Amino acid sequence: MNSQTFNVDPRQPHLNPPRLRSRQASLFYGKFQALRDISLDIPEKAITAIIGPSGCGKSSYLRLFNRMNDLIPDTRVTGRVELDGNSVYEQDVDVVALRKRVGMVFQRPNPFPMSIFENVAFGPRRHGTKDRKELAAIVERSLRQAALWEEVKDKLHQSGLALSGGQQQRLCIARVLAVGPDVILMDEPCSALDPVATLRIEDLMRVLSAQYTIIIVTHNMQQAARASDLTAFFMMESDRAGVLVESGPTYEIFTNPREKRTEDYVTGRFG
Amino acid sequence: MMRRHISQRAAFGLLIAATVVVVVPVIAIIVYMIVSGAPALSWEFLTSPPRMAGKAGGILPAIVGTFYLMLGTVIFALPVGVFAGIYLTEYARDNWLTRLINLAILNLAGVPSIVFGLFGLGVFVMALHFGMSLLSASLTLACQALAMTITTSREAILSVPREYREGSLAVGATRWQTIRHVVLPQALPGIVTGAVLAMSRAAGETAPILVVGAAFLTPGLPTSPFDQFMALPYHLYTAAAHVPGMPRSVMWATALVLLAVVLTFNFTAFFIRLRVRRRRTA
Repeated sequence: MNSQTFNVDPRQPHLNPPRLRSRQASLFYGKFQALRDISLDIPEKAITAIIGPSGCGKSSYLRLFNRMNDLIPDTRVTGRVELDGNSVYEQDVDVVALRKRVGMVFQRPNPFPMSIFENVAFGPRRHGTKDRKELAAIVERSLRQAALWEEVKDKLHQSGLALSGGQQQRLCIARVLAVGPDVILMDEPCSALDPVATLRIEDLMRVLSAQYTIIIVTHNMQQAARASDLTAFFMMESDRAGVLVESGPTYEIFTNPREKRTEDYVTGRFG
Repeated sequence: MMRRHISQRAAFGLLIAATVVVVVPVIAIIVYMIVSGAPALSWEFLTSPPRMAGKAGGILPAIVGTFYLMLGTVIFALPVGVFAGIYLTEYARDNWLTRLINLAILNLAGVPSIVFGLFGLGVFVMALHFGMSLLSASLTLACQALAMTITTSREAILSVPREYREGSLAVGATRWQTIRHVVLPQALPGIVTGAVLAMSRAAGETAPILVVGAAFLTPGLPTSPFDQFMALPYHLYTAAAHVPGMPRSVMWATALVLLAVVLTFNFTAFFIRLRVRRRRTA
């Protein structure tokens, strides 16, 4: 009962309750404010697309949820960012456990320079799985889920870097799935891929959205229109801080936006 | 049109000349060493102790001493260098203290080697009572090598793409797991190269070991870290400067052995790097 309903009536998709949520969330890099007062609900087991012009803070917003912004020195978050109702920016939050639940796929496919098997087994190993059989089962299941198993089952011990770009990205998705996340953050996962590989990733996202909560940042408006249930449109204000202009069912955003700026953007008048 | 061609040729000629000037002395030195040293080189020369103040016999203790010295240097310098390199790249915040440390490391590399020798004499030989020994000399050379092992470790660690770290952290690996399982394996060839270069430099150092434990002649091979030792460069220096009537061929043969030791190590590093790189892209 999720994306299927969307296909029936795209104007009023049935939406699960939110899994991720931000309230008045702002992000600062030193003195520079990258995001201002973003309040958005991300429903469970659906695909939420974040679109907007370059530099509007889409990726920064995505990285709030797995605290990847923490890696940059001198960042500060105000407001509230929640996973299942719990703030992820409390002092006592275990960031490692958080990232296990909130996986991330990056813009450029970044398989480790290890075998395909080891790439997928990497996460489970770090979380303490040692048994070879158990690891093999996880690897197979994750690769099947990422629609890569049939292509690589005979060469699991070859380097992950020897795969094509699209296969590498699916390998990275399998690597994320292997640790059993609830949420998958995708940061322009297709921007380095050709159109055919892009469509395969989109198909895969659609299948995965039956089980996982997905947020995808994309430059490509057709991709948002094709692949997402909900769309959030970001822009930057005069001080270059990113703000949320409008969000809603993807169909609505693309056919009947409330805001003039959204309409201008989705119709290609700027950005 | 013609002038352009002429200036092109002139520039070309100048570049070739400069390259030749660089290459010729290297080849000349090696050829000269081989020609002059080969007559004295023999299996016996490599495997027997010196007799008659080094004028006859061999240089075995100096070869063994140099190997011990290289080993001692790398044992002390490598872990400290790698750990410091990890700390400075992965953990240290960019503040005045870190910058001061970086400056100190930079300056460490520029300190003349005899100063390290005197430092070793004061600290290891006298204050810590290690005496004139292999241990004191290894620690002294390790101090000198630190600048190199830290710098090369750091460069190797920094050259690991950020994408790998992010990929690892994003599946919930801790920072240390990320360093241990993603960053270090990637940085290993660079670290090994730094270590081997530090070793071959340790093999060639003369001034520092002069004051902390090298001897021109020892009764036998060193049996403990607290023994004095012979070393190839020091042997060469004393033989050339302080032993009247030293056959020139013996000197050149010693130099040839020293060069061979250093080159062997450099080639080893080269092949390790090559293998790791091949395995990674296979």
